[in-house]
Amino acid sequence: MSGPGVGWYLIVSAALFGIGSLGVMLRRSPLIVLLSLEIMLNGANLALIAFARQLGNLDGQIFALAVMAVAAAEVAIGLGLIVAMARRDMALDVDQASVLRG
Amino acid sequence: MGNVLVWIVWFLAAGACLGSGIAVVSLTNPFYSALALIGNLASLAVLYLLLAAEFLAAAQVLVYAGAVMVMFVFVIAYLGGRADAPWAGGSPVMQTAAVVAAVALLVEVVVVLGLAWGDDLKDSAEVSDSFGSPAAIGELFLTDHLLAFEITSIVLLVAAIGGVVLGTTHEKGRP
Repeated sequence: MSGPGVGWYLIVSAALFGIGSLGVMLRRSPLIVLLSLEIMLNGANLALIAFARQLGNLDGQIFALAVMAVAAAEVAIGLGLIVAMARRDMALDVDQASVLRG
Repeated sequence: MGNVLVWIVWFLAAGACLGSGIAVVSLTNPFYSALALIGNLASLAVLYLLLAAEFLAAAQVLVYAGAVMVMFVFVIAYLGGRADAPWAGGSPVMQTAAVVAAVALLVEVVVVLGLAWGDDLKDSAEVSDSFGSPAAIGELFLTDHLLAFEITSIVLLVAAIGGVVLGTTHEKGRP
């Protein structure tokens, strides 16, 4: 075995996911929440690619590419929402954007 | 010798990855957060290279660190001072609950991985040089995963249309 095994990558992946979820839950700025979401998605991507290498199967890398495309779509919509919020002079605070709450 | 080099590169990339991730979550200026995320994505690309995923490493730098982050920086520049994100979260109870929930999520991930740990994860598989090359990925995308490929293009089209609709101003209907 040359270099770190899959377990080392999974530790980094789980830590990234935890850091990202902390950011999503603690921060109130929608921009930082979106950035933290990207960290969570990348943590999942790292696990997918590590397992693809471990099992010698490229399907994991294909899945990671699909996750990247979904992340790009999510950023486009999320940033559109943030710009729309700013245009309507709403506070950029996810706690105050609660009109749709049931 | 090459083995030691791989470990050194791994530790540098993983450390940069986690450090910049913490910076993204903890900085109050979203512009610096976005810059830290670019560093995070670049160090992740190094980890992808170590995992024989050349095409994904290149796509990570081009699509993520390039295109997606440019969108972020443009929006942060458009918002100007309004984008500043001071730390003020909710009540202390909510903050504590958020930390507890995040730690619980992390523990869950670790436990699930530990339960799934088996003999087939001891040694990694032997892979050929073409593993993770653009040709291999492209071939899989156009054969086994054609449906995923087409659906991905529809997702991106819908997101592009949605971004345009959200960004359009309606002179009459504007509240």
